[in-house]
Amino acid sequence: MNFKLIGINHNSAPLEVRERLSVPEARLPEAVRYLVEQPGVEEGMVLSTCNRVEVLTTVRQEADLRKFFPGYFGVSQDSLDGHWYEFEQRDAVRHVFRVASSLDSMVVGEPQILGQVKEAYAVARGIGAVHSALDALLSRAFAVAKRVRSETAVGSSSISISAVAVQLAEKIFGSLQGRTVFLVGAGKMAELAARHLTANGAARLLVCNRTHERAVRLAEIFGGEAIPYERLYETAECADIVLTSTGAPDPIFRREHGEMLLSRRRNRPMFFVDIAVPRNVHPDVNKLDGMFVYDVDDLQLVADSNSAERRKEAQRAEQIVETEVERFAARMKSLHVVPTILSLQEYCETIRQAEIDRIRGRLGKISPEQEAAIEAMTRGIINKLLHTPITTLKSTAASPEAATIEDVIRRIFNLEPKNLDSKSGNSGRKKTED
Amino acid sequence: MPLFWLRVALTLYGIGLLGAVMSLWTNRSTLTRVMLGAAGSGMVFHFVSLTEIVMLSDTAALSSLHQIESFLAFLLMTFFLVIYGVYKTVSPGIAVFPLVFLLTLSAQTSALSNDASASQVSNSWVNMHVGLILIGYSALIFSFFASILYLIQEKNLKAKGKKSGVWSRLPALATIDEIGYRCLVFGFPFMTFGLISGSVLAEARFGPGFFRDPTILSAIVMWVLYTILLYARWSAGWRGKRAAYMAACAFCTALVVLAANGLSSVHRFVSP
Repeated sequence: MNFKLIGINHNSAPLEVRERLSVPEARLPEAVRYLVEQPGVEEGMVLSTCNRVEVLTTVRQEADLRKFFPGYFGVSQDSLDGHWYEFEQRDAVRHVFRVASSLDSMVVGEPQILGQVKEAYAVARGIGAVHSALDALLSRAFAVAKRVRSETAVGSSSISISAVAVQLAEKIFGSLQGRTVFLVGAGKMAELAARHLTANGAARLLVCNRTHERAVRLAEIFGGEAIPYERLYETAECADIVLTSTGAPDPIFRREHGEMLLSRRRNRPMFFVDIAVPRNVHPDVNKLDGMFVYDVDDLQLVADSNSAERRKEAQRAEQIVETEVERFAARMKSLHVVPTILSLQEYCETIRQAEIDRIRGRLGKISPEQEAAIEAMTRGIINKLLHTPITTLKSTAASPEAATIEDVIRRIFNLEPKNLDSKSGNSGRKKTED
Repeated sequence: MPLFWLRVALTLYGIGLLGAVMSLWTNRSTLTRVMLGAAGSGMVFHFVSLTEIVMLSDTAALSSLHQIESFLAFLLMTFFLVIYGVYKTVSPGIAVFPLVFLLTLSAQTSALSNDASASQVSNSWVNMHVGLILIGYSALIFSFFASILYLIQEKNLKAKGKKSGVWSRLPALATIDEIGYRCLVFGFPFMTFGLISGSVLAEARFGPGFFRDPTILSAIVMWVLYTILLYARWSAGWRGKRAAYMAACAFCTALVVLAANGLSSVHRFVSP
């Protein structure tokens, strides 16, 4: 099969180029239809996300996928030169495996890309643009992505400040379900963090700000409760997670507050996420048993550490992808001999049927049992005779002499010459323009 | 035959121990499956061994040190699998597998038959007393393990992103705390009724003087510590260092109780 992929992504093209090539979800079927109408394209799929637009195809020799982008999007080819990349055969397979496994993503390991590839596959399959070789490739890509996710920790750690706060809260409380979050300060950062915490299941949101109106506004956004600033400390004891982001010049939570809160909470742990500069929570609070204080630098440190961990895991994932590419290529190579095997079986079956018909008249009346015995015997002879040629074809399919053996068998059995279009070309990366 | 089944269980626990140690360095789900499979199948053979001992025994089945070690190992593994079933964590395995392996190893070094001279008191009373006490011990041991894991996880979280190495895969602090507390609550009635049944047995045989025995005295001290720990956790929400130190005290007293058997005149294990 001739796999061919062409596309642009966050590495090869700036946003102003990518946004001109974006395909809205509603227009995806139309784009796929346009793709498979291109000369030489047998199967096709279009993947369009915020960071990439790619077309994946199986093609005949004459296909020129570069015409797809100018033709469909109405942009000049010159404006795309130097921004796109093109992969063929084994390199195309590798790229698809890497994309589905989130190894080619802007944030390596992010989980959305697999869902986006699956959606693109479903659309293309739904309109019949993916049916045989691409179907096999994409099914394998999903299996590889699953393997990468289960055998490596490439997507398990958080690398944004807000996500790290959620991850740490889960390390303390197990889950955010049923937990109370107290926002002290109502700025943009607090809003962003609150969005993450509530999206992960926090049950109750309390907001406190010196300017009460801002607290009310933020509480309304998340369906929370605005608290007057005078009730700061008495409200804090109800909170499991306190997120501080005020512009106060001195810490508003000090050691004595921590001790008071612990006592009132009967030593239940508390998590302070202090994203204010200067800090709103004194570092001494972290020294108390059951009190966990993370400031901006601490959160960044965890995020950096997670990023390093992801890079390490990504290397392991690349090895898995490489192994799977080899396996898939071997499987694809063995598919070349399938038409010869089918022709051989068909040829022998025709002879078998003709011979049975020829002697049936001579045998006179035979019982159904005798007929079945003749069928079984002749089939057995055919199967035994074909066993060696078929196993030889299969076992040598990936070797250099495969074409010679296939040709010899075709000549010996006088089979039709094989259609050259079904042969795969040499594997390897043909051209990369970025 | 009980010894044979016990040795099969020991081999499987050994495989589980290897899996537990290796899973410290790698996050392979295969190792977890190996560990759990070895634990589960080891328990089946262990159960067969214990059942045969009870059926073959003319006297109290749990009256020798080796039988007690064997039964305690079985209980610890049961606790481990139940905790895994509820909380989906294998972290206690790193402490449980070595302990279970050593207890089973010690238990299988000697024939598991009973000395007929042990038949001094009602067999069922002895079995009940020992069984209840050992369930209480198992709960206390798990609570102690949970306290240690709590301290490690608390230290990890306070270290703020610095490498926590092999301990980075511990369950959430709240989960560890719940395991420790629930084990304590579960074990308390068993420990209490175990001591009461032991007292009834001892009084029937030795009269009121049994209270001066070192084993009995240390067992009462352990029960008092257990009660204080449970009360402190329930009323004041003791966690972290204080709960860990208290659990360590109760655990060490439990070891003293075992050691005190050597000095006791009323509470001795039958020689194997």
